[in-house]
Amino acid sequence: MFGYILRRLLQVIPVFFGATLLIYFMVFALPGDPIIALFGDKTPNPAVVEQLRAQYHLDQPFIVQYFYYITGIFQGNLGSTFSGQSVNDVLARTLPVTARLAVMAIAIEFTLAIIIGTVSALRKGKLFDNTMLIIALIFVALPIFVLSFLAQYFLAIQWGWFKPTVGAQNDWGDLWLPAIVLGLSLYATSMRLMRSSVIDTLNQDWVRTAYSKGLTRSRVVPVHVLRNSLIPVITNSATNFGVLLVGATVTEGIFNVPGVGNTLFHAVQKHEGPTVVSFVTVFVIIYVLVNLVVDLLYGLLDPRIRYVK
Amino acid sequence: MSSDLNDPTGVNHYVAPAATTTLVVDAVRVDEKPSNLWSDAWRDLRRRPVFWVSLLVVAIVLLMAIWPTLFTQVAPNNGCELSNSNGGPSDGHPLGFTFLGCDVWSRMVWGARTSLTVGLLATIIGTVIGLIMGAFAGFYGGWLDSLLSRIGDIFFSIPYILAAIVVMSVFSTNRNVFTLAFAIGGFAWASTARVVRAEVLRVRQADFVTASRALGKSRFGTLISHVIPNAIAPLLVITTISLAAAIVAEATLAFLGVGLGSDVMSWGNDIAQAQQSLRVAPMALIYPSIILTVTVLAFILLGELIRDALDPRARARR
Repeated sequence: MFGYILRRLLQVIPVFFGATLLIYFMVFALPGDPIIALFGDKTPNPAVVEQLRAQYHLDQPFIVQYFYYITGIFQGNLGSTFSGQSVNDVLARTLPVTARLAVMAIAIEFTLAIIIGTVSALRKGKLFDNTMLIIALIFVALPIFVLSFLAQYFLAIQWGWFKPTVGAQNDWGDLWLPAIVLGLSLYATSMRLMRSSVIDTLNQDWVRTAYSKGLTRSRVVPVHVLRNSLIPVITNSATNFGVLLVGATVTEGIFNVPGVGNTLFHAVQKHEGPTVVSFVTVFVIIYVLVNLVVDLLYGLLDPRIRYVK
Repeated sequence: MSSDLNDPTGVNHYVAPAATTTLVVDAVRVDEKPSNLWSDAWRDLRRRPVFWVSLLVVAIVLLMAIWPTLFTQVAPNNGCELSNSNGGPSDGHPLGFTFLGCDVWSRMVWGARTSLTVGLLATIIGTVIGLIMGAFAGFYGGWLDSLLSRIGDIFFSIPYILAAIVVMSVFSTNRNVFTLAFAIGGFAWASTARVVRAEVLRVRQADFVTASRALGKSRFGTLISHVIPNAIAPLLVITTISLAAAIVAEATLAFLGVGLGSDVMSWGNDIAQAQQSLRVAPMALIYPSIILTVTVLAFILLGELIRDALDPRARARR
């Protein structure tokens, strides 16, 4: 177990440095003046340009600039946004909101995927199964921003079940609509994985043994089938976390949820390059860390993973 | 629980089937053409109606992209008159007008070209990079494999839409079809590389590879003429599905405001522009959403049907 943790931790080091270096490279080493490029068609204030040049050490060689930037990250200093706020302050305010939205979305995704996926697998080829597969396919193909607008128009504006936008008031109860949209956008892949995983498990010897022992279906399915079918769904949700982060950016933007994604969304729309780069870096770091944690937990739960090189 | 397991005592028991079915083993048909992976797959595919429907959708959208005037007589941006703002359907304008008074149907038809061009280019870029990285890593192994796989891990750790947002923010002054395709495809290749690597690792063990080397063909020559052609099947599947993902990525970037400029007609831009008048004229948003979703769905279905057709176990499971 210790060897596995060490190996996984060592693997994350090149990924972390590589990913940050890549983002940094794209922004600051491509031809042209990066600061001017980041402002796009706007004419920046010369004082701001000077300040950014100093902040990013643009008078020094590229690798020195990167070194300053990465030491900043390790010291917990993620730079400042376009309007001069510290990224840390913005994160402290917005990260809890996004975390809440993500937890709700993942809870909705898992509940629906596990229940519907299992029932579909047990009724393979029947009407319920076919209907659910078609619905899942539609959710696979619906881009998240289209799903958001449809939900906003029908559920909020037409039928008045929810408020169309969230705003500053964002307790658990206020986040239902964006959480449902985000959860549904993740749901389809999980449900299809769950379904095929349950179908595979149902054919295993231990399930046949359980039935031959005289156990009832209501005992075999939750205990012997469900637990063993969850592994692919959990693995997938770690790699799918990237989809969640992009989805959070879009839904928070559309439903005006004051989270990290919303900050990135507005920075992108207003062409505030430096802010975009800071927050994309934050998302990539979160993504790498989440995958690390899931892999470690996963090695803890499933001994087979630890011993595979 | 389910009705087929109920018995009068009210307890559910598993009842073993009385007669076990005997496996029928196909006799080898010597007089016919030998079957191969592709002809088996084709025989399976052509019997499935969904395959033909998806193909039809793809064909129609391709035709829209190549020859838009076949579908609409309205020139894309000439007919925009503010007096038509959010107008309903009328003669010659079957789907009504946008907020700016442009013909919705005409913009949908002309938008197909942008979406498909970006999707195809991005997929080609992603597939070529993924194929090269995956094939070299899988075939040569050793330090090259470690190096290329770590590079793949790095690209895999950046969700490609986020990477594309950064690239398009940097290229804010010269956004065109090529920078957009590069921004999407240049970061979406890591999963393709992983699939190709796994497949090449499998094919590398085959006897015909040893035979090719024994007959004096170079390693690179063997890779090109024997290994890659035999590893191409999963690549075809992942390419079709990537095309769907790339079309979604283009639309998402356009919606976020870092796609092609708002003067370019694309489904993503249509949806983004219609959101301002969502409350009063929802159809201007819903129609382009439908064509976008149906196109994406057609590509995904094609990819999944081809995957099933190429996998004998999946065929047997049906």
